[in-house]
Amino acid sequence: MYRYDQYDQEIVDARVEEFRDQARRRLAGEMTEDQFKPLRLMNGLYLQLHAYMLRVAVPYGTMSGKQMRMLGHIARKYDKGYGHFTTRQNIQYNWIKLEDAADILADLATVEMHAIQTSGNCIRNISSDQYAGAAADEVADPRPWAELLRQWSTFHPEFTYLPRKFKIAVIASEEDRAAMRLHDIGIELVKRDGKVGAKFFVGGGMGRTPMIAPEIRDFVPEEELISYAEACLRVYNRYGRRDNKYKARIKILVHELGADEYRRQVEEEFAHMKTLGIDPPVAELDRIRAYFADPAYETGLPEAVDRSDPDFALWLDQNVVAHKQPGYAIVNISLKPTGGIPGDASAEQIELIADLTERYSMDEVRVTHAQNIVLPYVKKADLYTLWQQLDEAGLGASNLDLITDMIACPGLDYCSLANARSIPVAQKIAQRFADPQRQRDLGELKLKISGCINACGHHHAGHIGILGVDRKGVENYQLLLGGSGAEDASIGTITGPGFGEDGIVDAIEKVTDLYVSERQEGERFLDTYRRLGMKPFKEAIYG
Amino acid sequence: MAEFLSFRTGDAAQEPAVTVEAFTGQSNATAVRIEPGEDARDLLPHLDRLSLVEVNFPAFGDGRGYSAARILREAGYEGELRAVGDVLVDQLPAMRRCGFDVFKPNHPLDDAVVKTSLERYDNVYQKTIDGRTPVWAKRHPEKIDG
Amino acid sequence: MILLTGNDLASGDVIWWTGSGWSRHVGEAVDAGSEADAILARESAARNVNAGYSVEAEATASGPLPLHIKERIRASGPTVRTDLAINADIPIVKA
Repeated sequence: MYRYDQYDQEIVDARVEEFRDQARRRLAGEMTEDQFKPLRLMNGLYLQLHAYMLRVAVPYGTMSGKQMRMLGHIARKYDKGYGHFTTRQNIQYNWIKLEDAADILADLATVEMHAIQTSGNCIRNISSDQYAGAAADEVADPRPWAELLRQWSTFHPEFTYLPRKFKIAVIASEEDRAAMRLHDIGIELVKRDGKVGAKFFVGGGMGRTPMIAPEIRDFVPEEELISYAEACLRVYNRYGRRDNKYKARIKILVHELGADEYRRQVEEEFAHMKTLGIDPPVAELDRIRAYFADPAYETGLPEAVDRSDPDFALWLDQNVVAHKQPGYAIVNISLKPTGGIPGDASAEQIELIADLTERYSMDEVRVTHAQNIVLPYVKKADLYTLWQQLDEAGLGASNLDLITDMIACPGLDYCSLANARSIPVAQKIAQRFADPQRQRDLGELKLKISGCINACGHHHAGHIGILGVDRKGVENYQLLLGGSGAEDASIGTITGPGFGEDGIVDAIEKVTDLYVSERQEGERFLDTYRRLGMKPFKEAIYG
Repeated sequence: MAEFLSFRTGDAAQEPAVTVEAFTGQSNATAVRIEPGEDARDLLPHLDRLSLVEVNFPAFGDGRGYSAARILREAGYEGELRAVGDVLVDQLPAMRRCGFDVFKPNHPLDDAVVKTSLERYDNVYQKTIDGRTPVWAKRHPEKIDG
Repeated sequence: MILLTGNDLASGDVIWWTGSGWSRHVGEAVDAGSEADAILARESAARNVNAGYSVEAEATASGPLPLHIKERIRASGPTVRTDLAINADIPIVKA
């Protein structure tokens, strides 16, 4: 994985001191909160419902064991002993003191980490496929491209006060495990004439106006990646709407101009950008690529796994996926135990994962956009021992991609923007569907919950989505069906009138019951819904 | 406290800036003021007679002026490029990188903070028109012309 | 009644106006009445409170209780982590 050189380290160290100085000026009254707010946000520090919240960047979701361990240390020393992994592959802490923030950043900098641009109207953390480098179906590892973009976007002088936040995802497989087309820019690496280049999708997103990004360019060669990205951003910075916060994302610009006109303007700007010499030489991408070379795989490893422990066998079938390298497997650690808080992990769990990363996964660990953890390089021979240790620590849930593997935003329990609580609803659903046999029978079912229209819980992209709203001071939940964040991306449709906290769980059960009775051979919930349409589901719910 | 900051040699331009509309409609003005919604490229045919471009920031969070500045510098404009309005000390480094060389903020800036802020980063990741060598060029000196 | 709330600038803690200062316990809050704006302006300028605002509340036997669920959760703590609650006995959902 990538390691900082002296330049990367100097930039992150300077950032720590800059923020220390900014926080000092705020505490001393040299700045108003209005002036300080964009500065703290650009360093991931929010003022949330109960306290300051710090979001730490995990670039493209990849970390070493040492970095993971630092996240546990921060949870223990500066927070209340836990952290929350987010849908952008980051981690956030809910109980941070402003007076500690610079010290936390200094601790992070010792392991080549930071909180730069994890909030604010700037280019955010670049996300990617959690199986990058280990998946058999990728044309190249997307992470070197993501790292090149990370460096380009860090303190980009022109794009620090954009109309609104800006999220970029990079993938390299046809199977989309990163909700790529629901990003402001989604990049899919593709091969043409033996060369890898970037296919650009621009103007996707969720929020109150969900959109699937249209393709804007089918191939950007690697030596022009930065020029093209810069052109995309400049058109947005100049013409994105600034009169209305809710219409300020690039998806609205692309939608209002039309993809063709946006493309034309970008091409014009791109032609200009290419004359400026702003692209790093290919040698720079090659330098970064070298860090992502395959780890030192062992050969001749056994393929067979002893399945005699039935609980282990369940986990093996549900949470372990095929690796490109013989003798190895990709392990998903679910952060969705029944009754737990989706995405939360205690300091002890984080530290255990750090140990297991070093011992069993060639010192690499990933965070997924579905708020789980991946150990990407595990020998099949180690799977049983690994599972025993996970299970003992409450990390052995065998529910990857099942109905209880929910994405849920923090909701009104933590978030000052939320209208309703998300986590208690997630917990009630998990309890209703706790029977493992029933979950497996329902098969792949992506359930996603947001506590407000901003859609941090990706409800538009859930096979089943839930949106919490405030109805005259009372929490109310709308149900959506038919969304997908994968390569078959689609936006869910609201079923009808909303429900109370218990009613929404009943409604979901009616929907899944209908699926079970109507499904054809091999159909997932989403397939049955697409075949039948909304009508029968609506009748089942409200009839 | 600084109410006017210049990184140019020589005196600042004195002529009052006119609007873009007035400027493109009259032949003798040499100073113009760009508002956030206006297209800096409208000025490109007239760069040779311009000695001052003021870019107004009515609110610090409106970043269109950063693009306006770079567009002018990328087109070869070498005259005074002045950021006016709601300009905050923590924004100076990015503004300098985009080509601004004079600042006239609504609220005076603390000189010591200005100095620290501008000297903070020895390294930058992007190539812009400010002439600083980006990190990638430092990493690959043999690959970079000139 | 009108309560004043916000966060402590340095620690971020949720705090409530007590008439003479700020407390983490909503039970110690007092009605700011018509002075709300003046108190907020003065206390914000002195950095005794950050991002302060006023909320509607009702008087109950156990002390003042904000009307809106969001403010009740702020006063209590996350409902899914009652082990971390500061005022765990606050009713979150209106009876």
